[in-house]
Amino acid sequence: MAGSISRLTQSSGLARRATHDPVWVQWTLTAVALVFLGLFLFIPLAAVFSEALRRGFGPYFASFRNPDAISAIRLTLTVALISVPLNLVFGVAASWAIAKFNFWGKSLLITLIDLPFAVSPVISGLIFVLIFGMQGWFGPWLSAHHLQIIFAVPGIVLATIFVSFPFVARELIPLMQAQGNEEEYAALTLGATGWQTFRYVTLPNIKWGLFYGVILCNARAMGEFGAVSVVSGHIRGRTNTIPLHVEILYNEYNFVAAFAVASLLSFLALITLALKSFVEAKGRSSRSSSFETPNA
Amino acid sequence: MSIFFTKEQSPIPGFRLTLGYAVLYLSLIVLIPLSATFLKTATMSWPAFVHAVASPRVLASYRLTFGASLFAALINAVFGTLIAWVLARYRFPFRKIVDAAVDLPFALPTAVAGIALSAIYAPNGWIGRWLQPLGIKAVYTPLGVVIALTFISLPFVVRTVQPVLEDLEPELEEAAASLGANRWHTFVRVLLPPLYPALLTGFALAFARALGEYGSVVFISGNMPMRTEITPLLIITKLEQYDYTGATAIAVVMLVISFSLLLLINLLQKWSLSKTRA
Repeated sequence: MAGSISRLTQSSGLARRATHDPVWVQWTLTAVALVFLGLFLFIPLAAVFSEALRRGFGPYFASFRNPDAISAIRLTLTVALISVPLNLVFGVAASWAIAKFNFWGKSLLITLIDLPFAVSPVISGLIFVLIFGMQGWFGPWLSAHHLQIIFAVPGIVLATIFVSFPFVARELIPLMQAQGNEEEYAALTLGATGWQTFRYVTLPNIKWGLFYGVILCNARAMGEFGAVSVVSGHIRGRTNTIPLHVEILYNEYNFVAAFAVASLLSFLALITLALKSFVEAKGRSSRSSSFETPNA
Repeated sequence: MSIFFTKEQSPIPGFRLTLGYAVLYLSLIVLIPLSATFLKTATMSWPAFVHAVASPRVLASYRLTFGASLFAALINAVFGTLIAWVLARYRFPFRKIVDAAVDLPFALPTAVAGIALSAIYAPNGWIGRWLQPLGIKAVYTPLGVVIALTFISLPFVVRTVQPVLEDLEPELEEAAASLGANRWHTFVRVLLPPLYPALLTGFALAFARALGEYGSVVFISGNMPMRTEITPLLIITKLEQYDYTGATAIAVVMLVISFSLLLLINLLQKWSLSKTRA
């Protein structure tokens, strides 16, 4: 008995040595990883707040009372309020079609949904200039009817929709595919309508993934710079979003105000990351519990 | 609607509605606008196209964009694997916060990253002041472009490699050790091979992201033609000069490269899936 225990501990000690690194290796690798992340993530983030507060809280808060800053914040919120719900509806519809049905061209459709991720933000803006700009397809017709899309809010909304297009669908498709159709079949057998099935069966199952997709979509919509920069025309107080306002202030050497406004976007990024961690933890616990039920 | 047909009859409703809406929205927002670049370029004569996409200034921008993106992706392949390893295998204080922070470049707007990096790498900045005595200049040089691209493509390798590392069975390492391999041999011969598909996918994603990046680069690079001007910036410059066809021609070259990379990434992911399933 005693011999078998000592052999057992001996072999587990061997297994430990085989699968675990010596402490000095662990310390060195962790230190290198943290220094790299410190240089590239934590120092830039700290720099934003440090530069913003360089002259104290007075000038910091004064940066937000500037009328151009207020109109930039208002425009960014408006653009996100239009583009995020549109992409949400698309994301849910596309994931429903892709996860619940088999059809010809499905993998092509999934690839096409990812397309905006592969396109440079600058090109995402350019395509709308080519269609709605003065020299574009609809340019002459639009100007004849005194409608403006490029260098105006509709162009900014279109470019934002394009760049934040894939996020919701990308979160939902794998989630809904993993969950399968059994619960929906059960609901339909019991006489639920299609909408009731979605509302009371599918939606509760996907709500955290959906929420996460919306957070990411919103972060991208509010923070987009390249695409919006091409279509906005940078008209102060009219077509400047928050990121564009940051650029203007920075190029005017108004660093405190530039970093103050940038700190607003950094807060948004930090909230996004915090919500993401929260949702991932939620998703893990609900997934593990649903996996445990059949065994129990 | 007869072009969409399911392979089998499903009792779940809403197929035509959801697929029809998804395809319509996708066409209006993505496909038709993207095709505009190709249609616009098709109106150009061949010599005009070559002139637009292969003039010395444009070629210099390709060299910088590809070179810096490749460098950034390589840096992230090495450090990303290291970070994924540390996060998956070791326990240390604030590990969860560090893990969440890896996604910061996804969440932080690129313009904010751009001005923050310029501020810390400037000669009087937090890091720049230590580089200056060494004779290293980061701001307004290609090095600055590499730094910005490393920042924005940082999460890709970590996020592709980390889950594979977490799923590796410890039995593999135990078997290797019991057969007499030391830790380094175990890592190179046993742990690294299953990581290759994920590592390559992450590398390709990071490279593709870096190629198109604009916001974080323009502040730190100084945008000097022939020296620190990236291709996306050149597209904007041409647009501001009302050279729409010139801008579109360069955009088409970039789109073709991006789509090829997207295809490659899809194939890599299929390979990676087949490896993990086998």
